[in-house]
Amino acid sequence: MSSVTLSASASANAARRGNVLGRRLLIISAWLVFVLFLVLPLFIVLSEALKHGFGTFFGAIFEPDAISALKLTLLAVGISVPLNLVFGVAAAWCVSKYEFRGKSILVTLIDLPFSVSPVIAGLIYVLLFGAQGFFGPWLREHDIQIIFALPGIVLATVFVTVPFVARELIPLMQEQGTQEEEAARLLGANGWQMFWHVTLPNIKWGLIYGVVLCTARAMGEFGAVSVVSGHIRGYTNTLPLHVEILYNEYNHVAAFSVASLLLLLAVFILLLKQWSESRINRLKASAGEE
Amino acid sequence: MSRRTSPVIPGFGLTLGYTLVYLSLLVLIPLGAMFVHAAQLTWAEFWAIISAPRVLAALKLSFATAFAAAVINGIIGTLLAWTLVRYTFPGRKVIEAMIDLPFALPTAVAGIALTALYAPSGLVGQFATDLGFKIAYTPIGITLALTFVTLPFVVRTIQPVLADIPREVEEAAACLGAKPLQVFRHVLLPALLPAWLTGFSLAFARGVGEYGSVIFIAGNMPMKTEILPLLIMVKLDQYDYTGATAIGVLMLVVSFILLLLINLLQRQIAKS
Repeated sequence: MSSVTLSASASANAARRGNVLGRRLLIISAWLVFVLFLVLPLFIVLSEALKHGFGTFFGAIFEPDAISALKLTLLAVGISVPLNLVFGVAAAWCVSKYEFRGKSILVTLIDLPFSVSPVIAGLIYVLLFGAQGFFGPWLREHDIQIIFALPGIVLATVFVTVPFVARELIPLMQEQGTQEEEAARLLGANGWQMFWHVTLPNIKWGLIYGVVLCTARAMGEFGAVSVVSGHIRGYTNTLPLHVEILYNEYNHVAAFSVASLLLLLAVFILLLKQWSESRINRLKASAGEE
Repeated sequence: MSRRTSPVIPGFGLTLGYTLVYLSLLVLIPLGAMFVHAAQLTWAEFWAIISAPRVLAALKLSFATAFAAAVINGIIGTLLAWTLVRYTFPGRKVIEAMIDLPFALPTAVAGIALTALYAPSGLVGQFATDLGFKIAYTPIGITLALTFVTLPFVVRTIQPVLADIPREVEEAAACLGAKPLQVFRHVLLPALLPAWLTGFSLAFARGVGEYGSVIFIAGNMPMKTEILPLLIMVKLDQYDYTGATAIGVLMLVVSFILLLLINLLQRQIAKS
């Protein structure tokens, strides 16, 4: 009996020692991955951008083509994110508040753009609206340009970011159920009052989180936009495409300077994301205490 | 399509209708148009396009590198998720926040940054050169870029599941004499596997289609380091819309079959 407990505690000790070693190894390798894989790329972007000092750095950023690329990127983000925000709320609403046949198919379809290559996302719009596309002749007759112009860039951006907001909201709204909305209705609120005063405050942080992810992707989208943009400098060049052009012209310092602008935006987005995530967690924790 | 359970809450027709119209106009009809366009080809023509050696080489490269990157992330991602969930250590919060960097960073920026690091004369690449091999402009470089871009998938899908497994379960198993590997195999693995597979397939699907981060580091040599999305781009630049469409259809169908298989595997595991 005693020998059994003895060997059991010995093996527990050995396991603990193994655990400490394993734990240290894991923490060190997490740090290694972090430094080599995440910090080093950031470092190289900034160091290449500042290779010739701040003068050339700001020169590349304030160059007219870079400014117009920045404006186009902001415009495309400004149109496509609100579209997907409204869609995300509507989609999450019908998926999470009701039961109906074909719901799982609908959820799969909402997620579909995630598994389609961005290049294909661009291609399908070229096939529809390009000069040789289905609507090509009609568009030409009416003098409307979609491909190689802003509408095409927006369409491609919308396509690749369709799922982001819906994806964040669906699990959140499913967890929250329908009781609060039902109570609001029974107390006499109409549909919009219920939505503004009950649903929206509940999903606020999840919504912000989804919008942040959506913005990040919309701002950085490259493949899909590259297909439909036509790369006309100063007109249909977004920031990521501008980076590519500069890089391919061996103007590396300028390419990395513009890239570091995108990098700063990305870090800002990460901070926003972290902030909205902590608010969601705080809400969850306070809901758990009640 | 109308078995509502909550008749008190309004907006079913409106939201479902809006969702369906939006999805149809922006996603389903355009994707359908690609298949309609491809249907204008006869089987023989379609086959001739997709069985060209250059297409097959790109197909193999794209799926092999995406698979390799997903496997690497399956391992690194699991270890990272484990470390972040189970241990508190200096810098944990920073690492936790930075895991999502590849999602926030535009892929073109990731592409040129990784190329600058891993090119034969780059900060890291020079060590590889000393050892006599190349990272950038080879399939290794492509795998590396894909691993970077898809890093968050496995970590983020596994983390919540791992946080939900009570430590007591493992401790109980250990007290009953199970060795760490046995604990892993019999306690953790069955609980983690479905989420792991989800993360794996997300990473894989994203890797197959990824374009921006890869084209800079790949070198883009036909037959050697040319990925499938780039080949679509090349065909488009030559105004070969039919060729581009055929490759697009091939890519979608192959990814779809693979994702379906992973999904089936997941259901099999959930049953047993």
